[in-house]
Amino acid sequence: MNIKKIIIILLFFNLNYGYVYSVEPEVFVQSTVNRASQVLSKNISKEEKINELKSIAKDTVDIKGIGLYSLGSARKNLDESQIKKYFTLFEKYFLKSFSSRLSEYTNPKIEVQSKKILNKNYTIVNSFLVATSERPKVKIDWRVYTKNPNNPLIRDLIIEGLSLARTQKEEFMSILNSNDGDINALFKTLEEFSKG
Amino acid sequence: MKKLLSILLILFFSQFQVGYVMAGSDGALELSKKNKKENVKEPKDCFEKLNRVTFSFNQGLDKAIIKPMAKGYRNLPDPIQKGTKNAVTNLSNLITIPNNVLQGDIKSAFINTGRLVLNTTIGLLGTIDVANKMGFPKYVKEDYGQTLGAWGVGPGCYVVLPVLGPSTLRDTAGSFANVMGGDPWYNVAVDGNNEFLSESLYITSKAISGIDFRSDNLESFDNLEKNSIDYYASVRSIYLQDRENKIENNQRGSIEVLYKNEDDWEEIDNK
Repeated sequence: MNIKKIIIILLFFNLNYGYVYSVEPEVFVQSTVNRASQVLSKNISKEEKINELKSIAKDTVDIKGIGLYSLGSARKNLDESQIKKYFTLFEKYFLKSFSSRLSEYTNPKIEVQSKKILNKNYTIVNSFLVATSERPKVKIDWRVYTKNPNNPLIRDLIIEGLSLARTQKEEFMSILNSNDGDINALFKTLEEFSKG
Repeated sequence: MKKLLSILLILFFSQFQVGYVMAGSDGALELSKKNKKENVKEPKDCFEKLNRVTFSFNQGLDKAIIKPMAKGYRNLPDPIQKGTKNAVTNLSNLITIPNNVLQGDIKSAFINTGRLVLNTTIGLLGTIDVANKMGFPKYVKEDYGQTLGAWGVGPGCYVVLPVLGPSTLRDTAGSFANVMGGDPWYNVAVDGNNEFLSESLYITSKAISGIDFRSDNLESFDNLEKNSIDYYASVRSIYLQDRENKIENNQRGSIEVLYKNEDDWEEIDNK
């Protein structure tokens, strides 16, 4: 009898646990934006801001997924050691590029509006960057990877209809095409960007 | 020769806007998903080596002339900037309206005609956007390149034209349509027998329109250049995505246009 009770309690606890910690994509985006916004409005050096933004990106962005997407069809031709090296270089490149783009803004205000579920793996969250006297309102959509609903991750930002992931993928393809598909040329470019 | 130079200048400023203005659209012309897929024809960078050389040249031109002018323009008092923007936007209705008609979007043609009449008269030659204050729908520019695209003409090769900037063979043909009788403002100003209008006024209006846009996007382009590992490829990607969005008459960031190429994402998920 006691065992039954324990099982029932555990079952309900588990259901409840799962329910409480399943994160809605729009809540996730708003909370990520708020985190970034807090960092950007802090009275700290640019370098410190960049480091904090990198930390937020590591928590909330699917860097590996974006890395694979950015490789396009070239990802099929890489062996394991090349993939490993690519992930290392890509993460450094991505974090630098991401934080550098964001650190230019001071206290950006982003308001989440709505969401659209594409399929079980993806939800698009619609938001906009509130207009200021210096710039108009900017529409930003977030592609959120929801395969694990308890741990949603950002995979793309679509600014005014322009996908950053697609732009990045086409940049990578261009570098590969200009170098007869030599992955080492891409490695070198990523290394140089990260060092610069 | 003078005429040719004028046409090149006009094309430059028209193209400049076609190339960079990231205006959305009103989504009035709904295409079925099937048609959208049929309409999507990926452009190829057939002349990449030459394009890259031309791109570098254009960057030099931008840094030496256009960007400094855009910075100067930004320092003008806000009412002057706003009035100027409104006036050149109002003039663009003259290209948008025939293209609304050519795309079968008669409703937008009527709305934009009303907008043009109101803004030109009550709005003091377009300097005040009266129509917007009266609650007209958001204005969406159309051009002949978009119309060709809506008719199913593929983009052809991606090209970077000297001075004129990023384009495709289709969009270049569309820009020529403006000076071949497709732009009433050009016809009246350049070919019309009118003592108040002139070719230089037309060119100035196009130049101001380009400078206005460049001024709006000074930081965006700087940021893009700074964070690109291949700036040429970034600009190409952005130009082509933007044209795709406009041709398909989708709202900025709408689900339909952005999420039709899901194959790559799906393949990653299945790894």
